[in-house]
Amino acid sequence: MSGLTLQNIVKQFGQFTAVKNVELTVPHGTFVCLLGPSGCGKTTLMRMVAGLDLPTSGAIKLDGKDITNVPTHKRDLGMVFQSLALFPHLTVGENIAYSLRIRGVGKEEQKKRVDELLAMIHLTGYADRPVAKLSGGQRQRVAIARALAISPKLFLLDEPLSALDAKLREAMQVELRQLQQRLGITTIVVTHDQREAMTMADTVVVMNSGEIRQAAAPVEIYRRPADTFVADFIGMTNLIDFNADGSGANVLGASVPGLAIPAGLKSGIISVRPEDVHLTAPGNAPITGTVTFVRDLGGTIETFVEAGGKQVVAVSMPNARPDVTVGQSVGLQLNPADCVVLKS
Amino acid sequence: MRREAPQKFTDYGPLFFPAGMLIVFFVVPFATMIAVSFFRRDPSGFYTPDFVFDNYARFLSLFFGKVLGFSLFLAVTVAICCVVLAVPFTYLLSRAKRRTQVLWLVALLSILSLSEVIIGFAWSTLFSRTAGITNLLVMLDIMNEAVALNPSFGAVLTAMTYQALPYTVLVLYPALVRLDPTLTEAARTLGASPIKSFFTVVVPALRNTIVATLIMVFIFALGSYLLPQILGRPQHWTLSVLITDQAIYQSNMPFAAAMAVFLVLVTLGLVALTVIAGRKGEAA
Repeated sequence: MSGLTLQNIVKQFGQFTAVKNVELTVPHGTFVCLLGPSGCGKTTLMRMVAGLDLPTSGAIKLDGKDITNVPTHKRDLGMVFQSLALFPHLTVGENIAYSLRIRGVGKEEQKKRVDELLAMIHLTGYADRPVAKLSGGQRQRVAIARALAISPKLFLLDEPLSALDAKLREAMQVELRQLQQRLGITTIVVTHDQREAMTMADTVVVMNSGEIRQAAAPVEIYRRPADTFVADFIGMTNLIDFNADGSGANVLGASVPGLAIPAGLKSGIISVRPEDVHLTAPGNAPITGTVTFVRDLGGTIETFVEAGGKQVVAVSMPNARPDVTVGQSVGLQLNPADCVVLKS
Repeated sequence: MRREAPQKFTDYGPLFFPAGMLIVFFVVPFATMIAVSFFRRDPSGFYTPDFVFDNYARFLSLFFGKVLGFSLFLAVTVAICCVVLAVPFTYLLSRAKRRTQVLWLVALLSILSLSEVIIGFAWSTLFSRTAGITNLLVMLDIMNEAVALNPSFGAVLTAMTYQALPYTVLVLYPALVRLDPTLTEAARTLGASPIKSFFTVVVPALRNTIVATLIMVFIFALGSYLLPQILGRPQHWTLSVLITDQAIYQSNMPFAAAMAVFLVLVTLGLVALTVIAGRKGEAA
């Protein structure tokens, strides 16, 4: 099949296992984000795809061909490093043309391709400038253009936008995604920024301590997290313990009807997003609690409620501003469809 | 940050000490040497103050021209050998484990503690017919009989390279450690084999450091006067050997001083040329 396939990849550094039994399929032309906290093995996984590290066991296949032991320079990749790694002794144009020069492409053709790529990254006329004279965002674009010069089979980016300021980063995320869609190139991005992953990816792969916890579309990851780690790592959530007794579930000291608890599960955790917690008058909802803090951010209002010994956060939009004050008693309405039942 | 230019005389205070040291230990001796180079030699004594060009005139002969040429050739060859050996070595060292790095650096530093005399005699033993390395090759059936490898140009070159190599490595080491390792990784992802990435990324990125190291080793090698005498034939003697000979054994201080001044001028000229050529290359 076309695309990238990782089969049972394991990577050990001495006693430490950085990547554990990773199985992943990246269909041709898709945009995948490897997302996780630092030290979760996402960069190691990407370095193995690039051939910069070799897996301890497992196989990497590209378009059906086993490339596990193919050296990096024969993999036809394009990679953008976190440090960008632009060659300081070369100009912008020479940096972009490097992979063409190495492959013995003629000077005329090199120049044509460089001009094409410079136009693509909106830096036409910058070919003869030294890299040191560019701004952070411009360098970022040059690194991307350099990686794309040979039209690689795989486009890898390791925390590509982490050095940019917040505004520029958001703009570059959109630009990068549009570029990838225009070129239809199989792309893998390593990031620890979930907004970045949600913005760009077709598939988000959430990793923790060397394992893939969930690989799915961004909305699915957000709406249907596979476990408590994913639920907690992606966005804000309320993780609430429950007990089940055949007939219904006991949540925060009250019985919530309609929750679909898998048969045989006696206790567990439900994850419910703060925007799905609705505040009502006490008595109108099964759960009752006391408001402990209100954080009014203008765009959203977060209400902290203590119920059954746990803290629950509810987020409301300004047009539905809840009329509550600290110390007030409120009811908490949970829609069973919004609750994800997870094992603890 | 903009620094204010010094206003008062006392603002130059911090410069007094280094300036004083430079005057006492560099300017005064060098000026003395220049002055002596114009003195007249007194065959019965030492020299008498005068202002003659005899010493320089005597130097302008084919014999001294050849010696000067050989000295420069030897120093340039040593510098090139050292850099060619040290750049790949230091590159690999800088990528090695911390422990390996420390062990190698300690070993290299210990070479610096050896005096030139010891290095010279050690190599002359190693190159000798009776106890030299050729005996090992005979034992391994690579050679038929042991031969003496010195005195020869090769012996002089080997020992001088050995002596200058630790300096070369120590000068290159900081620059190579600072070199971003992702640069070569980036080159590899872009299609360059490890060797190609070394020559297209590491070497060009370190251009200025390499040129500076070449100049340093060149000047270091130019001053060597013991190794050519221990391991070379008279035609392998450098100008430094002749200067020592004139100054110490012939008691001809004015002529020795003239040769030394000339050597300094030629050296400065060559270094200036290298720097100018380097600037031009950078602009291109």
